[in-house]
Parts: sequence; structure tokens; C-alpha cells
Amino acid sequence: MTALRLELNGRAVADEPPARLTLADYLRERHNLTGTHLGCEHGVCGACTVLVDGAPARACLMLAVACDQRQVTTIEGLAADPVIAVLRDAFHRHHALQCGFCTPAMLIAARDLIVRRRAGSEREIRDGLAGNICRCTGYTNIVAAIAAAAESVKI
Amino acid sequence: MKPAAVEYLRPGNLGEAITALVGGGDEARVIAGGQSLVALMNLRVAMPALVIDIARLPELIAASEDGDAVTLGACVTHSAIEDGQVPDPSRGLMPHAAASLGYRAIRNRGTIGGSLALADPAAEWPAVLSALDAEAVLHGPDGRRSHRCDGLATGVFETVLRPGEIIAAVRVRKLSGTARWGYVKLCRKAGEFAQALAVAVLDQGTARVVIGAANGPPLLLAAASRQLAQGGDVREAVAADLDAAADRHFGDFERSLHEVAALRAIAQASA
Repeated sequence: MTALRLELNGRAVADEPPARLTLADYLRERHNLTGTHLGCEHGVCGACTVLVDGAPARACLMLAVACDQRQVTTIEGLAADPVIAVLRDAFHRHHALQCGFCTPAMLIAARDLIVRRRAGSEREIRDGLAGNICRCTGYTNIVAAIAAAAESVKI
Repeated sequence: MKPAAVEYLRPGNLGEAITALVGGGDEARVIAGGQSLVALMNLRVAMPALVIDIARLPELIAASEDGDAVTLGACVTHSAIEDGQVPDPSRGLMPHAAASLGYRAIRNRGTIGGSLALADPAAEWPAVLSALDAEAVLHGPDGRRSHRCDGLATGVFETVLRPGEIIAAVRVRKLSGTARWGYVKLCRKAGEFAQALAVAVLDQGTARVVIGAANGPPLLLAAASRQLAQGGDVREAVAADLDAAADRHFGDFERSLHEVAALRAIAQASA
């Protein structure tokens, strides 16, 4: 057991999880934050993407204890985020999800692209999303939704 | 899958990390960004008894600059290099290479030192730093030493690192104002590991052309480097260099990819 203090979705958390627990399993099993999905568990599918200190990270490739003294934000913690609100609306209008498994991480990755101004063209969006796999292969609508959201977000 | 049981230690300084690494022996692994190690632990390809987290050691996340060179702490992340948060000695080559490496979520955590230490043949930094003729600063139980990045990897996932040694920093000489470079990574999807990777650096009459993803450590194309420096026939030189690397056992398709990547990188550097 290793001491872990972190800010999780804006709330201070003190815990002592086993070192072998990944951040993804920690979020899902200890905090019931099941919007963080586990697909491949080796960094390829992107479904477990969360924000660590504000930047996207693979929750399956971090030990929870390595997040000591860090800020972790999951899709649940972004419910009131203004960029996520625009993206959510755009995903709805463009039918940008089918089974929905990849969607929380798609939203987090897309938010990062928009915030960093890397969603200026279809090419840029597709390159930026290469680390998030949609096994329904619904990329056309996902890319269209992100392009529309990027248009309407003023940063 | 999930990692096997493991102990976790976050030492306060590099000396403590080295002591722990020596004490842990073969069962201990250093973890920086963890972007390869945790994946391997999840797959139980790696089952260390102890991981020593160096990602936040102040001396390993610092970047500094003097007249001739930039020194990047081993735990500087790929995205810090991509975004220009640290000085760039390479006139854009390093940020460009960083941006081609994996996905942004990986780049936010993965580190330049971690990439060198793992010595994955398909990785970007070993080839780029070899082309830039950078030096790695190693700290171990017997003190500090430097080693050229060229030759740091001795095989597939094998390096010159001795037991208890940790890469602390990378020192990259600044390119001159007239330097040119080329960088070509061939892969089927943005962010994948390279199928072929070529880096060419031309600066003040000297040149280094290095290929990665080459079934072993980065491979310096010596004849091609000479021809690039002299403005000679690079096509024959690249072919000769690849012929000379019989120990890499390139298949026809693989060899062709390396050839194309090298020639494109050279063309960029000489354009």
C-alpha cells in the first residue's frame, strides 16, 4: 500500500491503493467513475483517456499511486465544462456515436485538440484522433462533430 | 490484463533512486512516464518487484542551455519538446520528431530519457539523438559518466547502461544557423511505431544520416552521410550502406522502405 493524495474531479481524495492498481481501475473500482473505459489496457485504443494535471493521459498506463499530488479529471468531472458542452451538442447533432464505448475519451481528446487549436482541418482532427479507436468505425461523423464544435468554440 | 503485485517507491533525489535500484537488483525497474513499462506490466511481459518512480525528480525535469548545447533532463516529456517548453538545439528537428511520436496522451507522459533507456528499435529518440550526435549523461553507483547516444543502444531493448545506472540527461549540441535536417517516418497510421525512420542532419560540411526501426540499434549510414556532406551521389551510397548492414537481415520490402525513407530525409536536408 502506498499513500495517495490527489484532486479528483475537483475533490481532495486521500487513499492507500495497492501499487499495482492502474489509474483506470482505481477510478472505476474505487470511485465508480465508469465513464473511463478500458479497451486494450496497453495504450493503443485510447478509451481510458483522462486529464492528468489538465493534459490527456492514458489511465491504463499510469499507476494510481503515481498520481499522488496531481489533479485527475475524468469525463464525469467535465460535465460542466463549456467546451465539452459544445462537443456534446455537436456529437448529438452529427450522430457521432454508435455504441458509445469510445465516446467519453473521444470527447476528452477532442476537447484537447480544440483547446490547443489543433482542430483546424479534417486532416488535423484525424491526425489528432489517431490515438482513439472507434470500433464501430464511425469516424466520419466524429470528425464532422469535432470540426463543427471547433468552429463554434471561441478560444 | 492487470499488473502483477509490485512495490512502488518515489525517491526524493537521484542518489536515493540509484541506491534503491542497486538494492532492488534485477527485480527493480525505473519508471519515468511509464508509457512502455506499464503497458508491459499490464501484459505481464514485465513483472518487476519494485518500480522506482523518477518522473518528478527536480534534477531530471530541468532543461538548461549554455553557449554550445542544450541539456534536457531525462524526464522532459515528448510534449514539452513538441510544444517548445524547453530550448531547442536542433532548429526544429526535435519538436518535429516529438510531434510524430505516439499520440498526444502518450507524449504528455512519456519522456526522452525513458525512450533512450528502453531502446526500442522503432522509437524516434534513439535515431534522432544519434543523428544529432547527442550525449547521454548517466548516473550510477560509481558516479557520473557520459556516453554518445550513438552506440547507447547495443541491441533490441539493450543498452550500455550498467546495473544501477540511470540516464539523467541528454546533452545536444546546438546546430548552427545554416544547418539543415530531414526527418521521415513511415508508418500506416499517425502515431504508430515506425516501419522505417530516417533522420539526416547536415551542418557546416558534416552530415549524419541515421535510420531507425532497423532490427537493432539506430544505424548510421556512413557512405550516405559522406555523400550528403559532399553533395555527391547519395542513391548509390544508401544502397551500399544497406548492403553493408547484412547483420540486420532486412527483407526486400523492409529494405525498400529504409531506402525510400533515407533518400527522402536526405532530399529534405539538402533541399
